[in-house]
Amino acid sequence: MTEKLLTGNEAIASGAENSFVSVMVGYPGTPSTEIIENVAARDNSDIYAEWAPNEKVALEVAIGAALSGVRAMATMKHVGVNVAADPLMTATYMGVRGGLVIVTADDPGMHSSQNEQDNRNYAKFARVPMLEPSDSQEAHDMVGRSLDISETFDTPVFLRCTTRVSHSKSLVKETILSRPGARRGFERNPQKLVMIPANARGRHPKVQKRLRALQEFADEADYLNRIEWGNDRSVGIITGGIAYQYVREVRPEASVLKLGLSYPLPMKMIREFADAVDELFVVEELDPFWETEIRAAGIQVNGKECFPITGELSPSLVRTGLGEPIQTQHPDGPDEVEVPVRPPVLCPGCPHRGVFAVLSELGLIVTGDIGCYSLGVMPPLSAMDTLTCMGASIGQAMGMEKALGDDAPDTVAVIGDSTFMHSGMTALTDVVYNDGHVTTIILDNHATAMTGHQAHPGAGLAAQQKGGRRADLEKLVRGLGVDDVARVDPYDLDEVKQAVRSAGQNNAASVIIAERPCVLLDRALPGHRFSVGDDCTGCGICLRIGCPALSRTDAGTVQIDTVLCTHCGMCAQVCDFDAIERRDESS
Amino acid sequence: MTAEELAQVNDIVVVGVGGQGILLATDIIANVFIASGYDVKKSEVHGMAQRGGSVESHVRRDRERVSSPLISFGQADVVLSFELMEALRYAHFVRPDGAVLYSTQRIPTVAMAAGESEYPADIGRQLETRCRIALPVDAMSIARRTGNPRVANTVLVGALSHFTEVSADIWQEAVLDRVPEKAREVNRRAFAAGVRVAETLIGA
Ligand SMILES: Cc1ncc(C[n+]2csc(CCOP(=O)(O)OP(=O)(O)O)c2C)c(N)n1
Repeated sequence: MTEKLLTGNEAIASGAENSFVSVMVGYPGTPSTEIIENVAARDNSDIYAEWAPNEKVALEVAIGAALSGVRAMATMKHVGVNVAADPLMTATYMGVRGGLVIVTADDPGMHSSQNEQDNRNYAKFARVPMLEPSDSQEAHDMVGRSLDISETFDTPVFLRCTTRVSHSKSLVKETILSRPGARRGFERNPQKLVMIPANARGRHPKVQKRLRALQEFADEADYLNRIEWGNDRSVGIITGGIAYQYVREVRPEASVLKLGLSYPLPMKMIREFADAVDELFVVEELDPFWETEIRAAGIQVNGKECFPITGELSPSLVRTGLGEPIQTQHPDGPDEVEVPVRPPVLCPGCPHRGVFAVLSELGLIVTGDIGCYSLGVMPPLSAMDTLTCMGASIGQAMGMEKALGDDAPDTVAVIGDSTFMHSGMTALTDVVYNDGHVTTIILDNHATAMTGHQAHPGAGLAAQQKGGRRADLEKLVRGLGVDDVARVDPYDLDEVKQAVRSAGQNNAASVIIAERPCVLLDRALPGHRFSVGDDCTGCGICLRIGCPALSRTDAGTVQIDTVLCTHCGMCAQVCDFDAIERRDESS
Repeated sequence: MTAEELAQVNDIVVVGVGGQGILLATDIIANVFIASGYDVKKSEVHGMAQRGGSVESHVRRDRERVSSPLISFGQADVVLSFELMEALRYAHFVRPDGAVLYSTQRIPTVAMAAGESEYPADIGRQLETRCRIALPVDAMSIARRTGNPRVANTVLVGALSHFTEVSADIWQEAVLDRVPEKAREVNRRAFAAGVRVAETLIGA
């Protein structure tokens, strides 16, 4: 059989296909996004795949599918589980019928995230078993294993990946993994499925009993947890996930207990392993999750005193943690070389730039949100003052207003269209309902751009390119009770400025919808080109909009990189000397 | 380099600026290694960093089994950089007797474009002190001469191919596999030009 080079995410998509999953639902979020994308892109797939407006809805749809006796998966990034935590914590009481797997893609090192929470804690919190692959083959295979466990133990199951598994490629043999164990169709069972207190009280002990059964299973499941004896028994290493690969890399001879089941732990196996080696290490990324459990069982281990509790692990860190120096003549870490930082930037022609150029000029306080537009915080725009989690901008602006009353600084909340649909709407309702005067700017670029332009309800077009009805943002916010709604083109800086000023003077909730498709979706702006003429004084005001297509020449004036320029014309609008000229394409 | 040394080029770090086609390059390298019968792993970066930030991708091969998709500091056989300053940023990955192949193209950061900070000087010299071979490739000019600035990547992959025992034909196939029909010819020329640069500087 031929092997394919797949990312962890591609492997999970394939594993779902090979385990006869019927329904897959997610909300985009790095590093989980490509799972749904890969399923949706398959021709003639039997899987129904969709983007939900947020992770809570995604999990609820998946729960509904599983209760109907089919196999279902919900995919999300680590912080998405926070949003889905409410259904999760009670679905664990209800159990499933068809297998239900929740993929949580964690992001140690925060390559693309606002925090690096370790979602193994959710497994323990919800008493839900968690499997953790260390490469793409395991990611593929563990989809089937997780679904089997889910059906056998009547529980949701977590499949946890981290960025280095989700986004690394390795060779995968794709085979049929397992077949659904439940009968299709919903069966009424209120004691089990309607969690009024009286019923939930009956279910909670069953959850604890299930956990004990899973603990026994952990010790028997040698296809998930295994001991690899090496020649060296002076040191034993307990590890799993990507850390397992780092350990194998730097200590090929070591004795290793590899955990494929991150929760609950195979305590008998661990005890046997501990007894057979002189010194025990736990190598795990982020929290001392296994370490704490193992210590609580009275077993001595070395853990976080040797390895960092923050950030990603790496082969180098594992090597030093196990007490071995790095073998090179120049052990300069990245910190020892001084190279100027190269942070990500808003693309040339990004419509978000127009809004931030205005907010920066007006010097307003900006409660921010998450998406490409978070880059508005970067110099030279420097126009964002808070960022917490998706949807937080509006509520935070409301809180500032209510806290400071007349002393409140002029504030606006800025939120993307996908983020508004995800969790901004409820906060806007709060503003209207409680008589706030918050100005909310919705950056409507018709896409979830940050994660790679997935569609969302405000953009229409569903994941599998079938149907997808578009929610009308203006009607929506008017329906919530906002009367002051303006629509602007973010490329028109004067229009944006007018709208922001007028909304600020209005003593009621205001919404400005700044609408223009993401420049990466709709790149060609026909008709004209821009160039810098002789009138350029080198004042540099145009450089304050932070466009990568603009730079200073050696002579101190400004030049436009014609390859990067998308002809949005914002630089020409800010130039006080009319030095940036527009030429028609034909001339 | 001797044949034996070439066959030991197993661990390659490819770096540059988001949007330069780094993931495509590591895909091509990975395919070449798989076609030659190796186990292969590669790591990628998605999301935020792709918006014009600094990007790194690692590719590794082994006859038996690759464990970590990440290469340790000081252990890469080759660092291939699509941009000058990024070569310096990731130079700590290369082993002392390894090679850095780097494009001399300079992409200023937004702060540099605004004149608030300076593009670092002397990068070539600094790279030379860190490894056995530091090979500058004027990939942009070569690509322009070939007919299209967009094929600068192919020039660099051509230069890289000279650092492995795998034949240039197999490399070229893997490159052409990933480009549209109408761009084949220009990529063929760019690849050959890259091979020639490496030959001139380190010998055929
Ligand atoms: C709970 C949660 N889910 C997902 C993400 C990942 N994520 C960050 S921003 C974002 C949406 C961005 O879309 P939008 O608001 O339209 O802004 P754009 O990137 O298009 O500018 C997503 C999916 C997250 N940070 N938190």
